[in-house]
Amino acid sequence: MSESGLKPQMKYKIETKAVNLHYGSFHALKDVTMGIRDCSITAIIGPSGCGKSSLLRLFNRTNDLIPGVKIGGDILLDGDSIYDKSKDISVIRKRVGMVFQKPNVFPMSIYDNIIIGPKHHGVKNRSKLEEISESCLKQVALWDEVKDILKKSALDLPAGQQQRLCIARALAVEPEVILMDESCSALDPESTMKIEELMANLAQKYSIIIVTHSMEQAVRVSDWSAFMMINEDKIGTLVEYSETTKMFQNPKDQRTEDYITGRFG
Amino acid sequence: MNLTAQTREKIAKTFIWAAAVLVLAVLTAIIADILIKGLPVINFSFLTEIPRSMGRAGGVASPIVGTVLITLLAVTIAVPFGIGTALYLAEYTKDGIITRLIRFSAESLAGIPSIVYGLFGFIFFVIYLGLGWSILSGGLTLAFMILPTIIRTAEEAIRSVPLSFREASYSLGATKTQTIFKVVFPSAIRGITNGIILSVGRCIAETAAVMLTAGSALQLPSSILDPTRTMAVHFYILAVEGISAENAYGTAALLIILIFLINVVANMLVNRFVAKGR
Ligand SMILES: Nc1ncnc2c1ncn2[C@@H]1O[C@H](COP(=O)(O)OP(=O)(O)OP(=O)(O)O)[C@@H](O)[C@H]1O
Ligand SMILES: [Mg+2]
Repeated sequence: MSESGLKPQMKYKIETKAVNLHYGSFHALKDVTMGIRDCSITAIIGPSGCGKSSLLRLFNRTNDLIPGVKIGGDILLDGDSIYDKSKDISVIRKRVGMVFQKPNVFPMSIYDNIIIGPKHHGVKNRSKLEEISESCLKQVALWDEVKDILKKSALDLPAGQQQRLCIARALAVEPEVILMDESCSALDPESTMKIEELMANLAQKYSIIIVTHSMEQAVRVSDWSAFMMINEDKIGTLVEYSETTKMFQNPKDQRTEDYITGRFG
Repeated sequence: MNLTAQTREKIAKTFIWAAAVLVLAVLTAIIADILIKGLPVINFSFLTEIPRSMGRAGGVASPIVGTVLITLLAVTIAVPFGIGTALYLAEYTKDGIITRLIRFSAESLAGIPSIVYGLFGFIFFVIYLGLGWSILSGGLTLAFMILPTIIRTAEEAIRSVPLSFREASYSLGATKTQTIFKVVFPSAIRGITNGIILSVGRCIAETAAVMLTAGSALQLPSSILDPTRTMAVHFYILAVEGISAENAYGTAALLIILIFLINVVANMLVNRFVAKGR
């Protein structure tokens, strides 16, 4: 696989080393090796069923929740294996946050949605919690809209605001990496635009990895792109990984070119 | 018969409408009858005096106290055990022989007539454990009676909490326990309280099982080891033994009002304090 444009002096935030994933007897990912940089947006693209979500969910061990999952190879976060037996999964999930496809706010007040994470991690002080809620809501540009209704149910918000609340909720535990699995696909164009702006802002501090079906979105927001596809044995593989501009202007692999020019997928 | 789709639609609609109206009419008639005959009987002394001469005169103060105490006792015992079992079944075990056995027992127990619980309570609590006819025996027996309902409704409510909530919780670094108690449980609270309210109603309305285990004493109890008489039992005795139709109606009206109030208040409390998210 080609990893053109890698500057060796750049340190990776996340590194996957020959990662293999099995759901029971189904081989879903084969030998995925890639390095993801800090303070940047990496987009994972590819046809449906090629294992994009599966790969993304490996980064914060969400696949562990599925019975019968087998994981081979290794994934490093800041050079440390996250699949190491001695590692506390909660700490890894706190460091690597996730925003899902559909907004999944908890059926609680807006405020409670934000502070639930920090509370899990031991923040008890009321004014500290209020401070966290305000700063996170400001980061997702939701503060002005909700500051007077913090005690209202989060379910009463429109979908776009709910999704931004989900991002704020993820930010509240001070993650280092944020995973977003088609997080705009359930939203209208205007909300999508807001979230894309937000990603760009967040990328100054965090490492963001998104899965998207929209090539336009990948081009608009991402610095790096990874193209995945199933191989001849129907196993998901990483085909090409490079800077987004390079990949979309000058794809190295014929399959990448076919996909981004819309010849299949 | 050769009917057009439209005609068939009309017939179906008429039938469904008629069924609904009929049910509503019967219900209204029953409730109206009881309230019309019962409400005039209810006054301050009816609520505050204990029954005199078998209930022919006086009020229903002691049956009110008996009802409240037995129901409270039953619910206080059954709710923690019921919810605990439901959590265990829904969250902590894989489907296996043991869970299927527990679920099957709960389902079977829910269908058993209350008199059987009464008999069990009489033999086990009243006689074997020597608790006698008492509020304690009655409360324990009713706790057993409502336990299956609470387990089943709570388990269902817990299971219907979407996976996406759990995933979101884990993705914030929550542990399993934190996820269950801070996310799953609050999301299921409405279903769980529905089951509890249903059970409270069953406790208040129960006659056979309480008569066999708590007795039918008319005086005010001074401890939970004293026998008592619930309003439902009081009503039953007044009506069956032809003691006083008037007071029977008064008691019945009070029962209806009580159950109605409990429903309203419970819902208000849930809305106010637990299910802010709905
Ligand atoms: N929990 C699971 N159990 C078994 N197989 C699974 C599971 N989740 C995903 N798969 C399979 O793994 C393969 C990759 O799925 P994945 O969801 O990662 O694809 P994707 O690229 O995200 O697709 P999409 O674009 O449709 O979201 C698919 O063939 C899918 O059927
Ligand atoms: Mg997917």
